[in-house]
This record gives sequence, C-alpha cells and structure tokens, in this order.
Amino acid sequence: MYDLSCASVTKSFGSFTAVRDVSLDIPSGSFFSILGPSGCGKTTLMRMIAGFETPTSGDIAIKGQSVVTLPPNKRNVKMVFQHLALFPMMTVGENIAYGLRCRKEPKSEIAPKVARVLDRVGLPGSQDKRIDQLSGGQKQRIAIARCMVLEPDVLLLDEPLGALDLKLREHMKIELKQLQHQFETTFLYITHDQSEALVMSDNVAVMNAGRFEQIGPPKALYDAPASGFVAGFVGDSNVLPGRLAEVKGDEARVEVEGGGTVIGRVADASKPGDAVEVFLRPEALRIGAGGEGTSLSGTVESFLFNGASSRILVRSGAHLIEVADPEQSGAAAQGGAVSVAWTAEKARIFARRPS
Amino acid sequence: MSRDAGRLSLILLFMPFVLWIGLLIILPQLGIGYYSLREKVGFNQFEFGLKNYVDFIGEPVYRNTLLRTAWMSILVTILALIAGFPVAYYIAKIAKERSRAALFLMCLIPLWVSDLVRAYGWIVLLRETGVISTALVKMGIIGQPVEMLYNDITVVMGLVYTVILFMIVPLVSTLQGMDDALLEAGYNLGGSRLTVFRRIIVPYAMPGIVSGCIITFMLTAGSYLTPILLGGKNSSWFTEQIYNQFITRYNWESGSAFGVSLLVFTSFVVWAGLRLTGQSLATTVAKD
Ligand SMILES: Nc1ncnc2c1ncn2[C@@H]1O[C@H](COP(=O)(O)OP(=O)(O)OP(=O)(O)O)[C@@H](O)[C@H]1O
Ligand SMILES: [Mg+2]
Repeated sequence: MYDLSCASVTKSFGSFTAVRDVSLDIPSGSFFSILGPSGCGKTTLMRMIAGFETPTSGDIAIKGQSVVTLPPNKRNVKMVFQHLALFPMMTVGENIAYGLRCRKEPKSEIAPKVARVLDRVGLPGSQDKRIDQLSGGQKQRIAIARCMVLEPDVLLLDEPLGALDLKLREHMKIELKQLQHQFETTFLYITHDQSEALVMSDNVAVMNAGRFEQIGPPKALYDAPASGFVAGFVGDSNVLPGRLAEVKGDEARVEVEGGGTVIGRVADASKPGDAVEVFLRPEALRIGAGGEGTSLSGTVESFLFNGASSRILVRSGAHLIEVADPEQSGAAAQGGAVSVAWTAEKARIFARRPS
Repeated sequence: MSRDAGRLSLILLFMPFVLWIGLLIILPQLGIGYYSLREKVGFNQFEFGLKNYVDFIGEPVYRNTLLRTAWMSILVTILALIAGFPVAYYIAKIAKERSRAALFLMCLIPLWVSDLVRAYGWIVLLRETGVISTALVKMGIIGQPVEMLYNDITVVMGLVYTVILFMIVPLVSTLQGMDDALLEAGYNLGGSRLTVFRRIIVPYAMPGIVSGCIITFMLTAGSYLTPILLGGKNSSWFTEQIYNQFITRYNWESGSAFGVSLLVFTSFVVWAGLRLTGQSLATTVAKD
C-alpha cells in the first residue's frame, strides 16, 4: 500500500493551470522528491496534499483513504514550511508541544515525548530556548521535530534548505537523509536544486510547467532521461542544437548548427527533419581522437579547477564544450588544438526544447 | 570635527521634539503639580501642603466620579477591542492588496471632522426630535418620540465610535507583520480555528492589543466633549469636574490636584491591567 498517492491531480487558478494531471505513488518509508524550476507548481501540489488548496480535479489519498474533503487539521500529513513558520512567541518546547496539545494528549505524556524527539534531532534539553536564540540549522531541526513528534503518515518539506547558506545546506542534506532513516517516515521533499534531490531521494519526479516529465530513481533520471527537459535539468550537459538528418537502426545522424555532424541515439520520438538537441555529459567525453561523428576538434580555452569535478573548456566552432577532467592530468595545454571524443550511445538526441 | 558636526545635527534634529515635549507637556505638568500643592490660607496667601488632595479624597462625589470614569473607560476599551479586532484582522489579512488602502482610509474619515461635529452628528440622530426617533414614530413602531441621549449606553457607544480607530491602527500594523504560514502551520499541526486564534493570532497581536488598549483607555478617560454632549448632566465624567474647578469655581489649586489625580489613577489602572494580564511594556509595546 502507498502512504501517499495522487491520481490525475489538476489545479487551475482561473484560466491558468498551475498543476496539470499529476499522478504519483509513494511507498511507505521512502524519500520522494519533486524537482522542478521556480514557478512550475511544486508548492501548489504540496498545498493540495496538506489541504490548503482544493484540487480542481483528481484525487489525493493518504494510506489508501481519500482526503480531498478533509480540512487541513484533520489530515495526518505534517509540513515543514519554506521559512519554517516556527511560532516566535513560544519556546522550543511549546512549539513542539503545540500539536500534542491540539490532540488533547495528557500533560504527563507531553513532556517526555517532547524530550524524546529533541533527543532524536540532536538538541536535547533545549525546551526553554526562545526561537530567536537558535541558529539556522537548529531551527530546521526544531521544525522537523515539531512535525515528527506527531508521528505523521507523510512529512512534507517545501524547500526547507532554501534559506540556509551553502555550507550548512550541504551538511543538512546528509542530516535530513539520516533523520528520515531514523524516523522511518515517508518524506515528500520539494526542491529546485537537483543535487539535493539526487543525493537524498529514493525516487525523484521531475516537474515542468505543472506536469511531471519523468519519475524514477536518481540514477535512472541521470543515465536515461526521458526528455530534453530532464536531460538538461538533471546533471550537467553539453547541448548541441541541430537538425536530425537520418536514422539508421540505433544510430542517428544530426547536422549540428554551425557545421559538423554528430552520431548519437534518438531517445524520444523525433523523426528525420525535426529540430533536435544533442546532449553530451561532460564525463562521457574524453580528450583524444575519435571516429567521424563521435568527435569534435577545437582549442583548449581554459581549465576550471574544482577538485573532483574539474573541467576543461574546449571551443569548437561556435560551441563551448565542457569536458570532465578530474585528474587534471595535463593531457592538453591552454590554447592547444585537441580532439574531444565519445561513444555514440552516450550522445542522446531529444526534440528541441521550446526556448 | 566631523563628530562634532554630527552631534550638532543630532541636537538640531531633536530640538523641535524636545521643545514640544518640554514646553507643552512637561512644563505645564510641572506647573499643575506645583499648583496642586498650594493651600490657600488667605487672600493671595499660600502655603505648601497636601490639603487639596485630602479634600479630594474626603469628598465621595469626586472619588466616585473618578472611579466611574475609570470603569466606563475600561468598558469602552474592551468594547473597542472586541469591535476593532475583526475589522483590523479583515484589513490586515483578508482584504485584497488593492482594497486595503481604501478600507484603511474609510476608518480614518471620521477623524477628518472635529470631535464637536461628530458629537453633534450623534445628537441630530438620537435626540427626542431627532432622525431616529421621528422615523420610528412615522413607521408606527413606537407611539411617541423617545429621548435616546443622556444615558450611559449612548455615552459608551459614542466614545467607542470616537476611539475605535486608535485601536484598529496598531492592531492592523502588528497583524500585517504576521506571516500567513504561521496560521497554516497552526492548522497543519492539528489546531482548530479556535486554537489557532487563541494560541497564535492573539499572542502574536499582543503588542498591538496592549498599545491599542493603553491609547484608547487614556483617550477615553481624558475625553471631555463626547461624554458631556451625549451624556449631559448625567454623564458625571471626571474631566467635567476638573473643568468646573478651573472655570466655574476658579479654584486652580483644587483643579490641579484633580488633574494630577486623574493622571496618577489612570496610570495606575494601566499598570494594574498589564500586571493582571501578565504583560509588560518591554515584551509588548517596546518589542522591536
Ligand atoms: N493562489 C494563486 N492564485 C493564482 N495563481 C497562483 C496561486 N498560487 C500559485 N499560483 C501560480 O501558480 C504557479 C506555480 O506556483 P508555485 O508556488 O506552486 O510554484 P513553485 O514551483 O513552488 O515555485 P518556487 O520554486 O518559486 O516556490 C505560479 O505561476 C504562481 O503564480
Ligand atoms: Mg514554492
């Protein structure tokens, strides 16, 4: 059984459709992310699940029970808000006890529960602190504790790391994943940061303009994107626009704008004559000679050092191509002529995205 | 050099404020305090002493008028809070951005006419030969004209109407600072409407509630025109007693003592109110 499932959920504001025909099923205890650019409807979807918006059509079920007619305070999904929304006039302990008191739990049980959940998020004994005395990361953990103490069926998180600085964000990514393991609760996580989604999730849905483009484990999205949007949004890619010239069996030939041809695999329904884009991941490229259609020649423009994700920038005609170069081995010299090669199955061809 | 210049401009900036406070508020208060401590012992002969205050406390009419004024003012404050809160909440949280300014302006319009004109407006409506009474007779709902002026209900109503704006403005400004996500979090964690109101909205609005209540209470207790015009002889408002001492009886010493007593007593009521509700100025009004 699924902890949360949405069936063809649509939400329109007037003539504008913010969420269009979205379906998803989240198995119990898993970490599910929705990844998409700003304004694609992620928050709207989450607010429908929490009950703050009513779907225009479609159904939302929690543990198999439809909840569309339930008010927000009767649904057992808890939400960590984008700006956390901790109650500033209450102490940490009162913030966490709020939900328990709403449920009319006996006083004698509330205090030990609060203490236990604070222990689990690594902030034991901070019941009497005021909210403004906490650091960003501590607030984050209190916001999660405030929800987890209620043992929800699903925890919704709306870009909770957005307000933190980069260093803390990296740290909280790992910590969130550990907390999810610890509580064994289903997490539905919203983000526009692909690295957050890839690192933490069991499954990721990539959302664009109100609809889901692809749902799958992070590795599947990365290795086998289903559309040009997913290929461009998840991970880094070199994109070469062109026109599909011919398809022969597996292999397809693309005439790249600005000269040259590239051989790759068509990954969607593009037909000869269509405007297409060729996606090449930096780590699928290597410096060295290759065959006709699986290599480009150019000059080394610069070296971008970034530890394990260091890059070489190669200029080939009008295109600037990023080649992964973790070793910084010195196979090429700045300004020198090089050839960049790949294998045909690593060059993915998708219909041109509307720009 | 530049520090001196900075200090000079600071002094110049504060000058009008300091002059205003000093000349119009502190100096007259000191004068009144000084007058209230003078005892008349003969023609143009004075001694210092507390006789004016002893007389004030010894006379039950004065005492009772002061207590009555305080009670009525508390009642007006509570009614203004009850009536003003939903209005403020609507303006701050529910109204659309565009209509918000218009609504706020509508609350301000009564201030554009003077106290006196507003009070006469009520009189035109409520007196025996006034609009309401006449209309009711015409419609046959009542047999003969009724006098709706000169009773406590009218006075309280008129005062609430006069001061409610000073309750609404601070409430709107605190409520506007409240993030809607707090309310949603309140519901999401299982709170009912009542719980969210009691445990989130009211505590959040507390600075506005406290400052609104203090302003309305002080304004009401010190008001003169509305209670006199709407309440007539029956109003027994304390400011009327002060007026009588100064103007009718030309007894400045005792009038000053009355004025100081009013200030001290209303300040005490505010202090007691804060203590009773467990609030302090530092955590509410003075909070960032
Ligand atoms: N109440 C509303 N009325 C009208 N339009 C709305 C409403 N709420 C959201 N929208 C529109 O729906 C679209 C999606 O909004 P949403 O907040 O879901 O985006 P998002 O994916 O969460 O973006 P972000 O990453 O910036 O938070 C936006 O274009 C927004 O303008
Ligand atoms: Mg959002």
